[in-house]
Amino acid sequence: MRFWIPAVVAVLIAIGLALSPVNEYFFYAAYIVLTFVVLATAWNILGGYAGYVNFGTAAFFGLGSYTATVLFKWLGAPLALQIAAAALVCGLLGFGVGLLTLRLRGIFFAIATVAVIFIMETLMVNWRYVGGATGLQLLRPEVMAPFESYTRMLFAVMAAMAVGAAALARYVQVSWIGRGLRALRDSEEAAECAGVPTLKLKLFACTLSGALMGAAGAPMPMYLSFIEPASSFNLTWSVNALAAAMIGGTIHWLGPVIGAVILGTLQQVVTVTISSEVNVLVVGVLLVLFVVAAPEGVLGLIRKIMARVR
Amino acid sequence: MVFSFDLLLEALMFGVLLGSFYAAVSIGLSVSFGLLDVPHVAHPAVMVLGSYCTYLLAGYGWDPLVAGTVLMAPFFVLGMAIYRFYYETFERRGTEAGVRGLAFFFGVAFIIEVGLILAFGVDQRTVSAPYIGSSLRLGDYRIPHRMIVAFGVALVLTFTLTIYLSKTFTGRAIKAVAQDEAALRLMGANPVRIKQWAFGIATAASALAGAMLIIVGPVEPAIDRLYIGRTFAIVVLAGLGSMTGTLAAGLILGIAESIVLMFFGASWAPAVAFGILLLVLGVRPQGLFGR
Amino acid sequence: MKRSRREVLKAGAALAVASGIPGRAFAQKAPVKIGMSMPQTGSLGAAGQAALVALRLWVDEVNGRGGLLGRKVEFIAYDDQTNPANVPGIYTKLLDVDKVDLIIAPYGTVPTAPLMPMAKQRGLLVMGNFSFQVNAKVKHDMWFNNSPWNDASSWSDGFFKNGKKVGAKSVAFLAADQEFAQNLANGARALAKKDGLKTVYDQNYPPTTTDFSSLIRAIRAAQADMVFVMSYPNDSVAIVRAVNEIGVGRGVKMFGGGMVGLQFTPNMVNLGSLLNGIVNYNSYVPGMKYPGIEDFLARYAKRAAEAKVDPLGFYLPPFNYAIGQMLEQAIRGVNSFEHAKIAQYLRNNEMKTIVGPIKYDKTGEWANPRVVQAQFRGVKDKDMAQFRQPGKQVVLYPDQYKTGELIAPFEKARG
Repeated sequence: MRFWIPAVVAVLIAIGLALSPVNEYFFYAAYIVLTFVVLATAWNILGGYAGYVNFGTAAFFGLGSYTATVLFKWLGAPLALQIAAAALVCGLLGFGVGLLTLRLRGIFFAIATVAVIFIMETLMVNWRYVGGATGLQLLRPEVMAPFESYTRMLFAVMAAMAVGAAALARYVQVSWIGRGLRALRDSEEAAECAGVPTLKLKLFACTLSGALMGAAGAPMPMYLSFIEPASSFNLTWSVNALAAAMIGGTIHWLGPVIGAVILGTLQQVVTVTISSEVNVLVVGVLLVLFVVAAPEGVLGLIRKIMARVR
Repeated sequence: MVFSFDLLLEALMFGVLLGSFYAAVSIGLSVSFGLLDVPHVAHPAVMVLGSYCTYLLAGYGWDPLVAGTVLMAPFFVLGMAIYRFYYETFERRGTEAGVRGLAFFFGVAFIIEVGLILAFGVDQRTVSAPYIGSSLRLGDYRIPHRMIVAFGVALVLTFTLTIYLSKTFTGRAIKAVAQDEAALRLMGANPVRIKQWAFGIATAASALAGAMLIIVGPVEPAIDRLYIGRTFAIVVLAGLGSMTGTLAAGLILGIAESIVLMFFGASWAPAVAFGILLLVLGVRPQGLFGR
Repeated sequence: MKRSRREVLKAGAALAVASGIPGRAFAQKAPVKIGMSMPQTGSLGAAGQAALVALRLWVDEVNGRGGLLGRKVEFIAYDDQTNPANVPGIYTKLLDVDKVDLIIAPYGTVPTAPLMPMAKQRGLLVMGNFSFQVNAKVKHDMWFNNSPWNDASSWSDGFFKNGKKVGAKSVAFLAADQEFAQNLANGARALAKKDGLKTVYDQNYPPTTTDFSSLIRAIRAAQADMVFVMSYPNDSVAIVRAVNEIGVGRGVKMFGGGMVGLQFTPNMVNLGSLLNGIVNYNSYVPGMKYPGIEDFLARYAKRAAEAKVDPLGFYLPPFNYAIGQMLEQAIRGVNSFEHAKIAQYLRNNEMKTIVGPIKYDKTGEWANPRVVQAQFRGVKDKDMAQFRQPGKQVVLYPDQYKTGELIAPFEKARG
């Protein structure tokens, strides 16, 4: 209940904002910040809880976008169906990647996930139906009342998705799954010896993480009215998800949310005032700073301050 | 697609040249990651930094190869500094820090990339030299001189490093620290200083690799992303720590890419490196000549 | 009493004089904002920067004439770096944050493609900027392009017709996998078939390709009579260098056709003699008589020198200046800034510009295309001034601008 009441309130506030006469650009920018929240939360399930640093966020995100595109182009599917399909397909990819990378640890796992990104991108580049390297122009359907514009509706949808992702992450964290993942993060061998089903847990984390990332990617083609491989599978998505989680703190589900909001908002402000180039610099610098100086992220800093206050 | 043995032969020749270039580019990583276990995903980014430094010097009239060789000295120092920082911040504090070390290097790679964009813009940069643009005629075949130059440099670099690692005192100490750090400490050598020295060498090799990169073709700041796959594929395929293995793996990758390019189209070529990487990781993670 | 009337008269006279001065008039009305994204870096960057000089020249000149309907024109341009992914965000910012009144499309098909669905859905007038068939799928009815081509045949006719004159029977296609080249390739393929030409090679390459050795080798092996290349500036330059390094075969009669970038001054100067023999499209070469163009080029050259940008300004700048002229003519014609009204005027009237009269068909492209195909001849290395004289690019097509005959085969024309 301590979680659900604020969560529902958050979604209601989001819907209220979407219906209010706030400047359109706010929703355009806020949508991206919310996307980061979902991506960071999803990343943390595997990266933070289980300790498997995943660099392939862009692969799942991009595949989610392309799954939605295919469904839209082929069946004219509504957004809900696109999101569900994207989650399913990317969950499967997550499962597959988990199986393949069973025995890999540390940097090998990370590099293998980067490999998945480029292979996915190459597959899309060679598929003419989705436009190949050229990309596709998409005419999105008329907006659903009561929202004034499609972007506002997407903002509300993404807000709901963010809350949903946080709820799932919280559930994983407090349940026996979370305990198992923490055990395997601390020492995989010891966990196995203690009888923790490490393989099943890893596969579960990979699948759930992948599915959420895919769901986050699904509304992007509608958001931009355009899709092309280079930006869909851009490594920057991976870095942002990872950085947001590490900046916020990887132990608790709230960490990625905080990190994503800080990082995302900062980037959007920079985009409007300076240029979108400097965004990547912001991510890189903040990531290095936190990884070096504050490894437990913002949550860790808050904990230290509270301890000192007491 | 017109299939002929002529084309196949040309693809093979080009693949050998390309492959040795890839090997030269990866040799720095073979030392830093293969021997020292540093998760150096910023290696291609440092190489691209080397390319841009070469570009700057070439703007003053320097020959790019000369520029690359001269850059090896400052890059050596840079490498030592990076390793020192990495060691103090991460390696010292245990295995948990390994994950953060990886994130650190990714952050560094992006900072370098964006720094280059802010400094130079996203435009492609090239250098000119008498051996760029001309080619060698062997009957019906024409081999670009720039590829031959890259091939030559690659051979020299690999050969030099192999000799250094096996014949000199520091070289063998580097190999030793890779095999058994504790034993080395017991023998009185300081493993941290040796690793620092080795990382410096690896970074110096990256500088020369960067010069070769801009000789072989135009560079732009984001080109490091493409080379993450290629360099790691080669180092993993070679087997960690093997210099001659790196050359062999490079050749394999170069030939594979060249053949795919020729017969399947240019749009599949980028996936070759990553495909090989996944294959090796799945089937034989210790690589061809691994320890 | 008399005095106060005199005061009133004086004040009235002063006001009348004051409102006659353009500077003062601006103080009364809000400025009208025109916004666009322009590739200033990246593949299209060199020409984009030149085009911006031309647009800013127009803005200053129109403000000197009293602005548009008495309102000062404010011009905002962002850099999309020739990356289509940056375009939706930039135009959303222009529309929702900067609150521009009118938009111009970015230079080039690739950056413009993402703008079209957005423009259609928001009901915006878009002044196109040298893109090719970018509206074909979206079919926006308020799109008006400034480029002298229409569909693929307007582009490839000149190339294929000249090829046939020298007995070419087969063709090889090399196209980048991006919006411009693919649009053109789809059209050109169909036309080649209709013309009875045999396609012996047909390859798409990823737009990020930098090494064309293998592709050129394969083309050489295919032994085509004509090689029709559709590429963007970075690739075009790399292809020209690869052809120079590897050679494309002695049997090739014509090479080129749709290579963007060989019209940019920096590329022309850097490639120099490597360009000789290539037959390529262009929008304007010195010698073509367009009304007022020589005067424009002189005014442009001064501004370009200050901005340290391409001083020749042949390819894109005149046509960007024409966008300004068209907007001015249409807005004055309907006395409004409403997009629908301006669009209607543009559709129904002939526009007078420095690149000649422009009449639009119902797709928003020129009803009377005039793309030229020209062959580079006698080009020397590292010499910019040579391009000012006619003769370095010999116009082969269309007849109204023709200045010479094709020299074939390709190797011979390279001299």
